[in-house]
Amino acid sequence: MTTGTEKRKEKKVEYWKWPESRSTTPGIDWTKASIITCGIDVGSVSSQAVIMTDGKLFAYSSRRTGYNSPESARNALNWALEGTGMKPEDIHYTVGTGYGRVNVPFAQRAITEIACHARGANYLYGPSVRTILDVGGQDCKVIRCDERGKVETFLMNDKCAAGTGRGMEIIADLLSVPVQDIGRLSFEVDEEPPPVSSTCTIFAKAEATGLLESGWPLNRVLAAYCRAMAHRIGELILRAGVAKDFAMTGGMAKNEGVVKRLAKELNIDILPPSFDTQIAGAVGAALFAKVLAEKEQKK
Amino acid sequence: MITAGIDMGSATIKAVILKDGKVLAQNIIDTGREKEKLAKEALDGALKKAKLSLSDVEHIGVTGVGYKIIPFADKQVTVVGADAKGALYLFPSVRTVIDIGAEEGRAIKCTPDGRIVDFAINEKCAAGAGSFTESMSRAIELSVQEFAKVSLESTQSIPLNAQCAVFAESEVVGLIHAKTSKADIARAVHDGISARISAMARTVGLGKDVLLIGGMARNVGLVASLNKDLELEVMIPKEPEFIGAIGAALSAAE
Amino acid sequence: MLANYGYKDGSGEYFITIDTEKCNGCGACIEPCPEHCFQIGSDENDPLRDEPVAAVVPGQRQKLKYLCMPCKPAGRAVNKLPCEEACTPGAISHSWYHVLQR
Repeated sequence: MTTGTEKRKEKKVEYWKWPESRSTTPGIDWTKASIITCGIDVGSVSSQAVIMTDGKLFAYSSRRTGYNSPESARNALNWALEGTGMKPEDIHYTVGTGYGRVNVPFAQRAITEIACHARGANYLYGPSVRTILDVGGQDCKVIRCDERGKVETFLMNDKCAAGTGRGMEIIADLLSVPVQDIGRLSFEVDEEPPPVSSTCTIFAKAEATGLLESGWPLNRVLAAYCRAMAHRIGELILRAGVAKDFAMTGGMAKNEGVVKRLAKELNIDILPPSFDTQIAGAVGAALFAKVLAEKEQKK
Repeated sequence: MITAGIDMGSATIKAVILKDGKVLAQNIIDTGREKEKLAKEALDGALKKAKLSLSDVEHIGVTGVGYKIIPFADKQVTVVGADAKGALYLFPSVRTVIDIGAEEGRAIKCTPDGRIVDFAINEKCAAGAGSFTESMSRAIELSVQEFAKVSLESTQSIPLNAQCAVFAESEVVGLIHAKTSKADIARAVHDGISARISAMARTVGLGKDVLLIGGMARNVGLVASLNKDLELEVMIPKEPEFIGAIGAALSAAE
Repeated sequence: MLANYGYKDGSGEYFITIDTEKCNGCGACIEPCPEHCFQIGSDENDPLRDEPVAAVVPGQRQKLKYLCMPCKPAGRAVNKLPCEEACTPGAISHSWYHVLQR
């Protein structure tokens, strides 16, 4: 019995997770920095570590989350530090965020993803960002913020799998298509099909199976599914209201099949990212770490 | 007068033949893509059992989620209306009807003459209906029937935190890893559905007699959870799937 | 900040909104809610705010459709909910009012 479950799991790993990544900003001598902070975002699928020197991005890593949150946090940090010569004890202040934020043993404080993504997007995309959409592995957040990255309105849906990375994972798994190929393939269709009509992921999966059985090519099913996903996320965004500039963070931002359809659906431009969109939460956490460390120094 | 009732459910199609208010025959088949053809097939099956032909039937009533597309029916009845009518006809003392199908759950409060006072529906979300037990039973590798039965052997109540059938699946995988018994997992799933259904039933109001209908009424595990949550014993017809179709056939006779 | 707690699923939208600019952290909303949906604490979405603020209890956020049902009987118009009534600054609002959909 357990073997069957494990086998299905192994298959999943191949299709639905984004590749891991790591980077160091060149030309920064961290030993001269007066304050070094760290942000750790332990998500349901992947975990990120961001190191900042005097509030500037120095290094980051994005790894898959394991079964154990503290270990995933530690692994992400170690990988970010790799080759920099910096050690964990050189960091002055660490903030944890994300689903597993309370399980980051070396963090001084835990802050919600809402606050961190707003801060992080403000830093990464610039102060013109007013609306942030973060679609993670198990949730979807819409955040409106001011020019300093302070949250003005937010709404978060983590109850229902529809419109989250998990909804995509289900289709990637069902059709055996790696998640990074879904976007491209979904545009290789003769014409855009109508969206899958069910909202609930369980029903949408059954609907997709039915479409395949009725002779729809795989790409067409993907297009119908991506379109439904875009529509679903779009509805949530409209509830919070759209203001320019509009930016996306999280794994779904890498799926052009959803991003382009969402832009069309809402008739908006979505800022193109120039970095790994999955690190935004950890960037925000590292920025809060700086503010909190300075606040403590003053005391 | 002979009338027929068809209930186009999301998982199955039910047909009944009524003569002067008495059930002559009933038939149930799985649904599929070609609704109209399948509706006819379900009806033909029932007619065959009753040893009648279509020309003997004076009126045909149709209900269910896909009822609008059946051209040979001459009366369309809402699901809520058909449920209440069928329920009261068989069980005149009933004031609250709970109908749990594959994809929807609903609670209906009605008056003795069949007027609908209130109703509440959970639709388009698998977490409050039969599909949830189906996917969860697959996750722990039991048939739906076994899943229902094993639930009664549970020794402890474990809350299932996930409110979504998809997220619940990962939670259940976690429970399997933690060596939780299948009985306790099954009960957790039934308790979860029951909590949502009983909230709806309470909202519309619980009468003295509560009738549980729809395919899920055959699930003994869910019935046990519901009885506990509602603090009463729900009444269950012998063949709970056919109440909507009977209601549709009764409406067609009017 | 308009903090929207709740969710949207296939069956509809269920959000309780707390306007943190209006909320004074008095806690008057806690008692009247029969399902214990509210709590007072530091603002988890604004780490730099020092004053306490109301929020929907994390475990309750994903069940609001059902938890709020007793205060929103089907088919009957509800003018003001107990939580809204208790909130003198008017910081609490709900995105849905009737269970009756059709």
